[in-house]
Amino acid sequence: MKKWLPKVRLFTLFSFMALLLAGCGEPFVSALSPAGEVAKMQYDLMILATLIMVIVIAVVTIIFVIALVKFRRRKGDENKIPKQVEGNHTLEIIWTVIPILLLLVLAVPTVSATFELADVKAMEEGTRDEDAVVVKVTANLYWWEFEYPDHGIVTAQELVVPTDEKVYFELISSDVKHSFWIPAAGGKLDTNTDNTNKFWLEFNSKSTDEAGGLLYGKCAELCGPSHALMDFKVKPVPRAEFDQWIDKMVVAKDAEHVPANDVAKAGEELFSANGCISCHAINPGEKRPTAPSLANFGDRSSIAGKLEYNKENLKNWLKDPESIKPGNNMTGTYDNKGLSDQDLDALAEYLMGLSVED
Amino acid sequence: MSTVAQKKGFGATLWDYLTTVDHKKIAKLYLIAGGFFFLLGGIEALIIRIQLAVPDNNFVTAGFFNEIITMHGTTMIFLAAMPLLLGFMNAVMPLQIGARDVAFPFVNALGFWLFFFGGVFLNLSWFMGGAPDAGWTSYASLALHSEGHGIDFYVLGLQISGIGTLIGGINFLATIITMRAPGMTYMRMPLFTWTTFVASALILFAFPPLTVGLLLMMFDRIFGTAFFVPSMGGNTIIWEHLFWIFGHPEVYILILPAFGIFSEIFATFSRKRLFGYSSMVFATVLIGFLGFMVWAHHMFTTGLGPIANAIFAVATMAIAVPTGIKIFNWLFTMWGGSLKFTTPMLYAAAFIPSFIMGGVTGVMLASAPADYQYHDSYFVVAHFHYVIVGGVVLAVFAGAHYWWPKMFGKMLNDTLGKVTFWLFLIGFHLTFFIQHFLGLMGMPRRVFTFLPNHGWELGNLISSIGAIFMALGVIVLLYNVVITSIKGEKASADAWGDGRTLEWAIASPPPEYNFKQLPLIRGLDPLWVEKMQGKKEMTPAEPLGDIHMPNRSILPFIISLGLFIAAFGFLHHPDGASWSVPVMIIGGIITFGAMFLRSIIDDHGYHIHKADLMDDDDKKGVEA
Repeated sequence: MKKWLPKVRLFTLFSFMALLLAGCGEPFVSALSPAGEVAKMQYDLMILATLIMVIVIAVVTIIFVIALVKFRRRKGDENKIPKQVEGNHTLEIIWTVIPILLLLVLAVPTVSATFELADVKAMEEGTRDEDAVVVKVTANLYWWEFEYPDHGIVTAQELVVPTDEKVYFELISSDVKHSFWIPAAGGKLDTNTDNTNKFWLEFNSKSTDEAGGLLYGKCAELCGPSHALMDFKVKPVPRAEFDQWIDKMVVAKDAEHVPANDVAKAGEELFSANGCISCHAINPGEKRPTAPSLANFGDRSSIAGKLEYNKENLKNWLKDPESIKPGNNMTGTYDNKGLSDQDLDALAEYLMGLSVED
Repeated sequence: MSTVAQKKGFGATLWDYLTTVDHKKIAKLYLIAGGFFFLLGGIEALIIRIQLAVPDNNFVTAGFFNEIITMHGTTMIFLAAMPLLLGFMNAVMPLQIGARDVAFPFVNALGFWLFFFGGVFLNLSWFMGGAPDAGWTSYASLALHSEGHGIDFYVLGLQISGIGTLIGGINFLATIITMRAPGMTYMRMPLFTWTTFVASALILFAFPPLTVGLLLMMFDRIFGTAFFVPSMGGNTIIWEHLFWIFGHPEVYILILPAFGIFSEIFATFSRKRLFGYSSMVFATVLIGFLGFMVWAHHMFTTGLGPIANAIFAVATMAIAVPTGIKIFNWLFTMWGGSLKFTTPMLYAAAFIPSFIMGGVTGVMLASAPADYQYHDSYFVVAHFHYVIVGGVVLAVFAGAHYWWPKMFGKMLNDTLGKVTFWLFLIGFHLTFFIQHFLGLMGMPRRVFTFLPNHGWELGNLISSIGAIFMALGVIVLLYNVVITSIKGEKASADAWGDGRTLEWAIASPPPEYNFKQLPLIRGLDPLWVEKMQGKKEMTPAEPLGDIHMPNRSILPFIISLGLFIAAFGFLHHPDGASWSVPVMIIGGIITFGAMFLRSIIDDHGYHIHKADLMDDDDKKGVEA
């Protein structure tokens, strides 16, 4: 054997493993790094199915390769007529029965998991568990609303949930069909226009920490030009912290927001003068059907669900929303061209000051 | 082109094809039109891959991207894959059962022209205000929300071409039931004929739900009804059911003929009869039957509840069993054979591992809870491209190389064929294999762009590079077609030397009446049976006599043209255009007028006389 060969092998092995690791994707958005019970259950099913399928592929590949190599027409065979075999009952029974058995191995956990994932008794009337957190999700063209009906509070674009317990969701859409998907936490469920869909997810504290504490949510059903940009964020926090956040939101319902400085004050006036206030709620108790609540905009981690959270990006978004989210419903509802740089500064100052956190 | 056509001028050739009712010429029309739409869909695919090659790309706008993906899917399924397969069915199936034509030659032509005008109408949307943009599934809430006329083009265009497909399917059913040559029992039919038969039955039952869905959607969009408007008592989930009750069997309408093509190729180039023929037939029928029982697996995340999801999950898994039977039968057809790796055989061999990949991911998708993760992600995109490209497109390419000599009388260049094969196969796996992982890594399908920090850059770039290889493969194929038609090597009747089925018993290309005397069928693979007994040709089942032929007619073209014209009236009706109703009426008069003419004019066809047939024999040396 040549000397360099082991090195090449080692290199191949390493690069293969690197590819495999990279193949798991970014933990905040990948179904391959499950950050909760549901995702874990689904991941285990994937692995089970993959293993069974690898067996099938291996068997087929072996027969395939042998057949191709062994039975190719060689020189001198041009006039050879192979035996015309009609079939073989034993073989045919074998390759009918074995796949059935393999499928049963997959079918049983599939059926059991299907029922387990659909168990939403704790949120249903009559069997309601008072401690269980319920979130009502409304999908809208390119933004998400999260309502906590038990507390009468509403937030948008950023979902706050307690870790290490089942969180129940009630999903609906206000315009066209969307689909609610947090890949790292579990599979998706559609937000229909006709009826509400219900399911539960669980967010594991350790895994979500490892994923950076913030998971990405996606719209998974084509809904228009900005379907690709209809992201949301999920912030799983320990139950105590979650309860504190709920309390702050509840308190903010009755408190009048006071702009922190003169610039923000000017921003508040612009917010009214441009009619923003008629669509956007700034009180966490208010639910507006046309635009996301901005009551805790200052606590968000991104602009328009897409850009990094900073003043510059917010100004760009307000200046020309169409260029950032094509087809959004805010474009054209106010005189964005007429906003001066100073106006944008003021608006940004005001909006970023809308916070329930200390 | 037949030798007769070459002698004519362009105008005469055009007229010949506009009025033809000959299944072999209609097959060529299907191949040309389907090939054209395949190229169109391919260009759309390339635009998708250019846009997604790098994150945050702005090669196309978001709205235009949605039009491109919608038209890519719709074109490839309805206007490319299906017509190309219908082309092969037309070219080969009547020959394989020993028939002189299909049961209803006039209807056959009508089917083609309806498909053609529907496809042209749909694609005119690009020049008339924008293409449909709600995905090829056109889910109701988004479709009704979509502005402009894109969705109207979709609804009307697919309706017209759908009628064409439906009557084409009925025609094939009637042909196979009634026109088999003496001795051609059902259990002696070649597998391609069997799959044509089952796929036609699927067309018969699967297209009506689509027709209904499209009609309801048309009424909602054009006449202001509210079948799919929940606020007025409608329901959008109904569309999903109607679409998928059609849509899932549609997959089998495509893949079963592909299985048929490969079954023929495996047997021919292994020089061995198909292993387990009766279990292959059984598996084909079973797949067709089960195909109607599983549509809701496309709707696992719609919220149908755990009972429906569990039932449809298990039913879907069951389809893997007959499909597995087929795979093993193909493997054992090769086993012990004498394999000759011509271009068609390379495609057939490559089909097995490619399609297995699509099949196993199909079983993975059937597991409902795991599907909640896969659904509408790039995993699904990878899966159905493995099935459709790895199954259907490879079959179309294989079939084109395999039957080209029979259809056009010339052999496609084998070396160029192999170049196409390798480019396309490598490109295909490069493009789609990595997409499984993109999906699992959280990338939803139908996204016009993606952000740079999601870890999807490398996968998308690899995928786009693969698309280039596929495009190169197709270009080489086109070059091959051109070069072959200029100076291709002439094909004999049994062009591959190892032909087993009836089509190889007659000249390449066959005379317009196919069989001078209907052949007597004495077993499965009739030509092979005769060859093994040392004969060169089929035994005739009838004395030489006059052959009754159908007359050519321009009416199928005119009937379809009328619907095409009327569709513009429907399209502009909701705009309140004053000319919309008159245009509908004019189109209707053209269509129904032509149908009326067809009904009242007696058309008894004509006869090719015995003397001329004997004359023909001397000229061409037609066998049997």
